[in-house]
Amino acid sequence: MTGGHDLGGKPGLGPICPEPESHEPVFHADWEKRVFAMTLACGFLGRWNLDESRHARERQRPEDYLRQSYYENWLAGLQTLLAEKGLVSLRELETGTAVGKPAEIAAALSAQAVPQVLSRGAPVDMVIEQEACFSPGDLVRVRRESTGGHTRVPAYLRGREGIIQHHHGAHVFADQHARGQREGQHLYNVAFSSTRIWTDEENPVTDFMVRVDLWEPQLAPL
Amino acid sequence: MKDQEHPHEHDHTEPPGDLELKVKALESLLVEKGLVVPAALDVLIETYEHKVGPRNGAQVVAKAWAQPEFKEWLLEDGTAAIASLGYTGRQGEHIQVVENTPMVHNLVVCTLCSCYPWPVLGLPPVWYKSAPYRSRAVSDPRGVLDEFGTILDDHVQIRVWDSTSEMRYLVLPQQPSETQGWPEETLAGLVTRNAMIGVEKIPPPKAQGAP
Repeated sequence: MTGGHDLGGKPGLGPICPEPESHEPVFHADWEKRVFAMTLACGFLGRWNLDESRHARERQRPEDYLRQSYYENWLAGLQTLLAEKGLVSLRELETGTAVGKPAEIAAALSAQAVPQVLSRGAPVDMVIEQEACFSPGDLVRVRRESTGGHTRVPAYLRGREGIIQHHHGAHVFADQHARGQREGQHLYNVAFSSTRIWTDEENPVTDFMVRVDLWEPQLAPL
Repeated sequence: MKDQEHPHEHDHTEPPGDLELKVKALESLLVEKGLVVPAALDVLIETYEHKVGPRNGAQVVAKAWAQPEFKEWLLEDGTAAIASLGYTGRQGEHIQVVENTPMVHNLVVCTLCSCYPWPVLGLPPVWYKSAPYRSRAVSDPRGVLDEFGTILDDHVQIRVWDSTSEMRYLVLPQQPSETQGWPEETLAGLVTRNAMIGVEKIPPPKAQGAP
């Protein structure tokens, strides 16, 4: 299913209206700061990964995802994961009062640990035995099959033809990672010509290239 | 930039009062459950409000402009070259730097969420995360650039990088020709965040900006 988050090429969303760079604050309200920080801090508890986080935000009703601000979507995703992973009950989320025991976790993220965990990050490159199927210059088609859950294939590229530009090596496959499985798959950068993506004859687009990273299971040889 | 007078009717960053309260209640609950420590939240916020931001990326760009061997390394292995300046970690574990030239202009977007190279640019601006930018960057990049006041010659090829994996993209903007030979610190002052996303170019420096 395509959620409200899958926005490439969606018409009618209006002008961008950027705030001038020199005037834009990092956060626009105190609650945004707290949602941002709670999301990161809870993420470091290790009960879910980044792709599960993305999926939790995407699973909202499309109209909610699009109506809400960015950090409201983060808040919704965080609440979903806290409840699904059993760290907080739905009743506790509703009432704001802890009723059960403290959550069973090793330790919450401490202030002292923040610089180290941020600086370490979470690399996703892997070594796998399977050899890469594609090489730069190969023609490929993006598979149409939807995996039925989280996917990093944007809807606008399904069924489109492109050319492999670069093999990044194997990375954790995001579509499976969102299901909690850490599986390595070869990752490629693929070039798509705009005229092969946007094929509406009444509104021809000018020629440009779209460059996208896709994993091997998402691609078929041509 | 156009539309400065345009009200920001589509970016809902003004919260209703109950949202502020809802977030406070959630934080209290999480503290009570032992899941978060408020002091750690403060450090996370402080880090991305004041320490990690586009000045980091500007140092990278300035060094690449001033030192050809660093530029070569940066384009070959962005992650390692950037790490050599101390910028590493979350949302910058794998960085590829893409170079703007007289023939090629690069533009970065994440149509599916908000992927962005945090160690060099900090957290993304509201417009980068907005539905209009995420929809149009891949279908009408010239229109998007026009909204930022950026006009490219017809012969310039546009490459739009849609950040669908954990690869993060940073644009190396073109150095204004007047600034050849300038010291790195002065060059860094010319580099804007928007140019490193690819929605703007670096304008020629004003005469008084010259060293």
